[in-house]
Amino acid sequence: MNAPGAVYNYIEPQLPPHIARKPLLKIVFGDFLSATLTIVAIAIILSILPVLNWALINAHWNVASPAECQDGGACWAFIRAKARLIMFGLYPPGEQWRAVAVILLILAMILASLSPRLWNAKLLAVWATAIGVMLILMGGGIAGLRFVPTSKWGGLPVTLLLAVLSLGLAFPLAVLLALGRRSPLPVIRSISVAVIELVRGLPLVGLLFVAAILLPLLLPAGWTIDKLGRTLAALTIFAAAYLAEVIRGGLQGLDDGQIEAAEALGIPYWKMIWHIVLPQAIQNVIPPLTNTAIVMVKNTSLVLIVGVFDMLSAARSATTDPAWPAPSTEAYMFVALIYFLICFGISLYSRHLELKVSARAHG
Amino acid sequence: MSRNAIELQGVEKFYGGFHALKRASLSVSLGERVVVCGPSGSGKSTIIRCINRLEKHDGGRIFVGDVELGDDLRNLDAVRREAGMVFQQFNLFPHLTVMENCALPQILSRGTRRKAAEENARAYLDRVHILDQAEKYPGQLSGGQKQRVAIARALCMRPKIMLFDEPTSALDPEMIHEVLDAMTELAEGGMTMMVVTHEMGFARSVADRVVYMEAGEIVETGPPKEMFGNARDPRTQRFMSTIAASA
Repeated sequence: MNAPGAVYNYIEPQLPPHIARKPLLKIVFGDFLSATLTIVAIAIILSILPVLNWALINAHWNVASPAECQDGGACWAFIRAKARLIMFGLYPPGEQWRAVAVILLILAMILASLSPRLWNAKLLAVWATAIGVMLILMGGGIAGLRFVPTSKWGGLPVTLLLAVLSLGLAFPLAVLLALGRRSPLPVIRSISVAVIELVRGLPLVGLLFVAAILLPLLLPAGWTIDKLGRTLAALTIFAAAYLAEVIRGGLQGLDDGQIEAAEALGIPYWKMIWHIVLPQAIQNVIPPLTNTAIVMVKNTSLVLIVGVFDMLSAARSATTDPAWPAPSTEAYMFVALIYFLICFGISLYSRHLELKVSARAHG
Repeated sequence: MSRNAIELQGVEKFYGGFHALKRASLSVSLGERVVVCGPSGSGKSTIIRCINRLEKHDGGRIFVGDVELGDDLRNLDAVRREAGMVFQQFNLFPHLTVMENCALPQILSRGTRRKAAEENARAYLDRVHILDQAEKYPGQLSGGQKQRVAIARALCMRPKIMLFDEPTSALDPEMIHEVLDAMTELAEGGMTMMVVTHEMGFARSVADRVVYMEAGEIVETGPPKEMFGNARDPRTQRFMSTIAASA
């Protein structure tokens, strides 16, 4: 406590004292741990150097003929030559502007949907329309567009369409399964549990085989579903089972008082689910949702097993051209880069969402 | 027109083997302010939660206005439009701004147009003196502010009856009076109110009638003066004296 009548002498504000500088050698070799880390780091850098040498210094960016790529450097010229095949698969070359338009449309729609403020029924309708436009663009057959069967679709548009559609269709399904699993009605609950556990118990590859090969055999004669459609169905149900469990986690974290308050205000059940329950449940589980979304984007590459021509299959087939000397590393690295960009983008976006949520909670 | 705003006739409620309400009968007339008190576990929250059917009663009859509570869902909607509820834990929607907390329920359950709903919300937020916080999220408000928003949110539905379930029990002491002030203003406006609370000062100054409950039974009801001064039942006397001693 300050004595009454005490005299205070305020001191001028001062800069903090300087940090004592350590010599560099002491920092990197100062003790056993530092020395070890330094040596390991140098070893890693040295081991990467040949890779850089291969990827950049000895690399061929421009070649007159494939034979120039024989000397061991990375053959990026191959990617240039095969870019169209990797990006668009067997899509007719004269029509590839349509595939480009689909990619751009998907990216534009994703960018337009980033802000949670815009998440409403209108946006859903816009998405539904956009997907319709994309399918027409890819498939053609009307409006003067040449018909291109789905067996000719390929590359990045197929990867993006499968990822967006499977996640987009799986989400409402997952919400129903998650709500069903918590339902007080035993029939609904057991159906939900059965679907979730069955699908989670199967490997995706198995599910894809069932969809691609068994399903046509099981269907009555004369019924056909497009192979791409069947693959999409398998991816969707697989994603739905995993998303359902993530969403269920979010529902469990929700305070019962929220539902009581909504009931006391007379808000009808489905409106309560849409406006009060789901937004909060989803906010609670952004990290695992992101995780599932990223896994599903990469899972789309498994469709090559049943002969759907996604970006990875397209890259694989590009490498089989005998004119080029075994350029599969380059092709896979290129595809890996595109996958990484997509998944890293999702990751950054989820971090942004989380920050937004926590800013709201703590002012 | 019904005789009473709320009418309970021999209401029974069980939680498993626990007998939470024992033949509880009570009528609250229009414009009346009733404070329900009693030790914890006495059934006072249960009785108020049965009135807008957050809990189903297991026996007896409950009328709110002209409507009897039962399994008919249309009746339930009608009752919930009549009766506003304020919870101990506020139960504001944390993902919505204060304004949206008040406007959205009107839009969702009454089909009010957004513009009208927001105007209405502004009016009631102003009435509980918190209009300046309208664009904030609940997480950015103090407990007292949250509870006032919760009161405004309930009022936006234009209820004829307001139910309060221990509205100040989750508040820090310095915030209790701002909530009680808002409730007193509401009472002065003629609202029919049923309040579960331990705030005996509020009961004394605002209530027309005090209901004392113990072990699921309504032990005694009477005007506050009588209940605090000379209650008939020894159980009421004992409770009132412990409350007086701790206050």
